[in-house]
Amino acid sequence: MKKLINLTINDQHYEVAVEPNQTLVDLLRYQLGLTGTKKGCEMGDCGSCTVILDGKAVNSCLVLALQADGRSIQTIEGLETGEGLHPVQEAFVEKGAIQCGFCSSGMILSAKNLLDQKSNPSEIEIRRALAGNLCRCTGYQKIIEAVKSVPQAN
Amino acid sequence: MSEYTVINSRAVRVDTPDKATGKAVFIDDMTMPGMLYGALLQSPLAHARIVSIDTSKARNLPGVKSVVTAAEAGLVKYGVSPARYDETLFCHEKVRYVGDDIAAVAAVDMETALKAVSLIEVEYEELPAVFTIEEAMKAGAPVLHDNYPGNICAEVHSEFGNVEEALADCDLIKTTTFQNKRQDAAFIEPQGCIASYDLSGNLTLYSSTQVPHYVQRTVAMVLKLPVGKVRVVKPYVGAGFGIKASANPLELSACLLSMKTGKPVKMNYNREQVFQYGRARHQFTHTMTTGVKKDGTIMALKHLCYLDGGAYSSFGIATVYYAGSLLGGPYKLPNMKYDGYRIYNNKPACGAMRGHGGVAARACWEQQLDMIAEELKISPIELRLKNMMVAGDVTCNDLNMSSLGMKECIEAVKDGSEWTAKKGKLPKGKGIGMACGFFVSGAGYPIYRSDTFHGTVIVKLTEDGGTALVYTASAEIGQGSDTTFAMIAAEALGIRLEDVRLESGDTDFGVDLGAYSSRQTLMTGHAVKEAAEDARRQVLEVLAKELNVPVENMDIKNSLIEFKQGNVDFTGLRTRYSKEHRGWNDNPADGPLTFREASRIAYLSKGSIVGTGKYKPPELGGKYKGATVGTSPAYGCSAQIAEVTVDEETGQITVDRITDAHDCGLAINVTSVEGQMEGSVSMGLGEALFEEVKFDKKGHVINADLAEYKIPTMLDMPQIKTIIVESNEPNGPFGAKEVGEGAIMPTIPAILNAVYDAIGVRIHELPMTPERVYLAIQEAKKGKTG
Ligand code: FES
Ligand code: FES
Repeated sequence: MKKLINLTINDQHYEVAVEPNQTLVDLLRYQLGLTGTKKGCEMGDCGSCTVILDGKAVNSCLVLALQADGRSIQTIEGLETGEGLHPVQEAFVEKGAIQCGFCSSGMILSAKNLLDQKSNPSEIEIRRALAGNLCRCTGYQKIIEAVKSVPQAN
Repeated sequence: MSEYTVINSRAVRVDTPDKATGKAVFIDDMTMPGMLYGALLQSPLAHARIVSIDTSKARNLPGVKSVVTAAEAGLVKYGVSPARYDETLFCHEKVRYVGDDIAAVAAVDMETALKAVSLIEVEYEELPAVFTIEEAMKAGAPVLHDNYPGNICAEVHSEFGNVEEALADCDLIKTTTFQNKRQDAAFIEPQGCIASYDLSGNLTLYSSTQVPHYVQRTVAMVLKLPVGKVRVVKPYVGAGFGIKASANPLELSACLLSMKTGKPVKMNYNREQVFQYGRARHQFTHTMTTGVKKDGTIMALKHLCYLDGGAYSSFGIATVYYAGSLLGGPYKLPNMKYDGYRIYNNKPACGAMRGHGGVAARACWEQQLDMIAEELKISPIELRLKNMMVAGDVTCNDLNMSSLGMKECIEAVKDGSEWTAKKGKLPKGKGIGMACGFFVSGAGYPIYRSDTFHGTVIVKLTEDGGTALVYTASAEIGQGSDTTFAMIAAEALGIRLEDVRLESGDTDFGVDLGAYSSRQTLMTGHAVKEAAEDARRQVLEVLAKELNVPVENMDIKNSLIEFKQGNVDFTGLRTRYSKEHRGWNDNPADGPLTFREASRIAYLSKGSIVGTGKYKPPELGGKYKGATVGTSPAYGCSAQIAEVTVDEETGQITVDRITDAHDCGLAINVTSVEGQMEGSVSMGLGEALFEEVKFDKKGHVINADLAEYKIPTMLDMPQIKTIIVESNEPNGPFGAKEVGEGAIMPTIPAILNAVYDAIGVRIHELPMTPERVYLAIQEAKKGKTG
């Protein structure tokens, strides 16, 4: 039995009917066409499906769509502004932190979430915050460089 | 300062803004109108005879559009090496591993497709199964493939020089046995595809592949379609590392189902199926005997290797050859004997993975060389330098080191890691170790015997606007090849990178053998360069006529035409250009003649300007059996130094730092070269410390997920110091050669040697889990006291 839920995604309000066993990642990707959120394992192991849910980075494959009812979500599509790339996106592009790009949406959102909560994080803080996002291509070095290079507000 | 304007820089990759914003389209992001969803029925048993298959219940399920088995698919054999095609799309007589494909279903949605799969009734007669090399080779063991008695999938025997004679003259002979474990590539994007068959009989397959060309041929062959009716298109791919370098059952099933239904059919592996399909690194057991003179001169290597192959050949024939041939260098080795066996058993097939065939062999030998150096009281670096080949040397098995910055790499890591200050001076529990390696810069021959070009490229100039369109069937899978080729095209044509638009990964663009064997930079790069130069020549020839200036007196740079001698009056051309663009307010008014104007004038004179390029290596290698495997127009090489901490109480290894130098010829894109080096190190570190695909007694993968199969996270990776050593490769475009796989070669042995330096115990089996290291330490202690 489908159920109607209300949620905000990238500042836009949605009312959608979802199955009780439907995951948030599937809702985003297959029902709403927000395919920037990736799906690498569906078991909470890889982090490619990371979205920001009420200010927290979560694996959207582990969240039921129903659980997102009434909540606010930011996906990779919501990062760009009228002025162009978000500074974290810019840093990833500039530093060569993206290879195949399959981990990048999740990685960038985890990095953004970290920087939102803590300006000028130390290297170990970056490593801890992003340890749930697997990348098989880069060896992480340029990702860390990118996160470190993001201009900080203060 | 580089003599180049575009290449040899840190140009930002052309694909990354899209990837950073989630706009880049990967296979699972695609949908098509009326698309059906496909699912596979895969064997739950490792070895069984198929008595009967009843698909009637599945067919009758509402929403099911097609069910196919071997009866519909036919029995055309396929695989990787034509000499060893040993798979059919679906099993017909028996299944050979848990996950072997039996049937496929297309339905209106995934749920229905999966339900239908569960309704297919298969009656099996279970057969005894073999899961290890020992079991498979035992007398009377069950045989997987009737035409391969003893389960020997392939064997290789080669000798260069005379090993026994040479060993008899050696002062020190060392024998060790080493084993790695079956690895998974663990790319983050599972394989997927969409096949679409149209009413005119054209089949288009969108697939997350590294090799559109080989997939095109395999699909055509297996489904009996003319090759010209099959088009394979690669969207962005979430990496492959070798596993996506051949056609898979998903692709073939989706194509067949689309042909049956006339609708697009989408299919995906889930993560468990990725592991179950396998095709990644083999488990190798190497026994090597090396003989040296007192002064450290390496005289001979006797090498025996067994590969745990799994149920089918896949790339395995090449793998078993590579495991031997890639020890021919980079050290001078006058005598080498190799006996290699690849053994079938009832596990998923192994195939090619980054550093194909050479990684475990390199680990075994580089550790052994350190043991020899220690016994001879020579430093490991000195031993290596003493025996190192130089550019122009040819190995005993006929591999030509046309450029080899190996010594420079060693010096670079030695300085970069402060080796001299550290070696022998670190506290107990801390260690430093080094190793070298090299790899082909593109396989010298295609996988199927052929006189084909390895790459063809078209550069077409837009009829207006001064943009160069580059069409290549090569495969961007994350390594950055699109950017590399756009840069090469821009450089060769003389225009800015932003004036190039590149499309790749589509078999309609030409032939390209794809992203494997680290071939694209050199091979596709050559073809891109030639095509761009062809287009450039055509533009200049028109200008020469129009302006009465010889072609040699003109150049194109930064999208501007340069005249080498005197003032050339081109106002007539400029006026013509402006007249064609009346009302435009950005027509060039003064300053040098632009490429935009020149290419328009060229079009007006000749019609569309299309430059073509192609590349095929010259005939390479010796005449002996298997001489083709290991040949390449060039070889990349590298040296690494690892620094580790080992907790002797727990056996826990932490890699603290890696210093990595790689000779990639001329670095086309410096950032991308570093990216390949860093990625290689992380994969090597994972294999050294954590990675092993494990099975239960019935042949099921028991760690088929990314939690239990552990790959390095950001917390596991040390600081990597990358140093690019640039030799000038005579056979490479602009002097460039590989980096993607050579860079992984030294990682494992550098860590092995560092671990020994830290604890004084040699580990000869991977992965170096805390348990294995702890037990080795205890064993060594016992040995000392007992
Ligand atoms: S898809 Fe959600 S963590 Fe991997
Ligand atoms: S860039 Fe490929 S997984 Fe991270």
